Amino acid sequence: MTKNCMDDIKTIVREFLVRDFLVGADVQLADDTSFMQRHVLDSTGFIELISFVEERFGFSVSDAEMLPENFDSLANIEAYVRRKRG
Amino acid sequence: MSVPLTPEVLAIDAAAEAARIASGLRDAVVNLRRRGVVLGISGGVDSSVCLALAVRAFGAERVCALMMPETDSSEQSAVRAAEVAAQFGVTPILENIAPALDALGCYARRDRAIRDVVPDYTEGWRSKIAIAGGRDGTFNYFKLVVQSPDGTQTEHRLPHRTYLEIVAATNFKQRVRKIVEYHHADRLNYAVLGTPNRLEYDQGFFVKVGDGAADVKPIAHLYKRQVYALAACLDLPEAVRNAAPTTDTYSLAQGQDEFYFALPWQAMDLALWAANHQRPAAELAACLGLSHDRAEFVFRDIESKRRATAYLHAAARLMEPVPLAFG
Repeated sequence: MTKNCMDDIKTIVREFLVRDFLVGADVQLADDTSFMQRHVLDSTGFIELISFVEERFGFSVSDAEMLPENFDSLANIEAYVRRKRG
Repeated sequence: MSVPLTPEVLAIDAAAEAARIASGLRDAVVNLRRRGVVLGISGGVDSSVCLALAVRAFGAERVCALMMPETDSSEQSAVRAAEVAAQFGVTPILENIAPALDALGCYARRDRAIRDVVPDYTEGWRSKIAIAGGRDGTFNYFKLVVQSPDGTQTEHRLPHRTYLEIVAATNFKQRVRKIVEYHHADRLNYAVLGTPNRLEYDQGFFVKVGDGAADVKPIAHLYKRQVYALAACLDLPEAVRNAAPTTDTYSLAQGQDEFYFALPWQAMDLALWAANHQRPAAELAACLGLSHDRAEFVFRDIESKRRATAYLHAAARLMEPVPLAFG
């Protein structure tokens, strides 16, 4: 995967979070910002994020993969999506 | 040295507490300039204890008890509710809310959402929502459990939108019940009692403008174990004192811990008490026989539910303060 594609993953997810969760609020999401620690997402928020990732990137997330290591920051999501796409 | 964390930390003088609540209830209702109370009775221990306390406070003639079954209600609940009402000399009013729910599309909207996940779901099937995950570090999520007419059960992880559609449809049940309660409160000039216990109140296990709406909440400060202690002191029927907490909302039987709480109520009581008294996770783990990680998860889950449900408690926000002479 090229660097541009990886940037795209973070950009797409960041735009989703800003639009649907932060409702345009001025919160800076760095690549390694923890959504849990910053209270950007609660547990149902993560489920919404996972549904978004499944639909947007076209694969299923198994129950066992629903982990902070895969979803608790833009960098984690990018790495996870890259692994899933192989 | 602090008290060790055991169920004994929740011990109360039930007789004294019942007298204190009855007195407080009278004061609260008089202060609201109402002349008695209305409450829904489900046959569960919380509403049964509230009924007994209300009768102690006002006498049976000033207590309006409503039984409000709908299509998915358990028949056992109605039997227990009627038994408690009879014991305390109250003649309950039966309000079948199924036609109102049907007219609002409660069942049709719910079933349409379920068919997004289980296309064959139709009449004769049963369903419930259960909480899953939360162990091994995974996020909590909700699964739909369906049972076909031949008894086969299957489970399906719920996409977020479908979960919201199902919950929004079933929330009609608690909201319609509240409409009926306020109808009788208006007619009688009574106040409406809300019956949450401390676990439910603290953790936001209620529907906004549904069972969360009330004029007085007489047992919201009591842990579940303390409510059971009052039930014994008030001599409620054995069937009520032994009833496990259920939601009585879905067509398949559903325990509260299955739907919402991380642990069964006995353990949740202690976890919430420990959280409220700043006890360390290691002490909770030892008390409940949990791993340290699991105990830490439970504390995080308590905080997370408080944060997520703050909106349910919140009054309407105003754009500037509006002073009220009798607020």
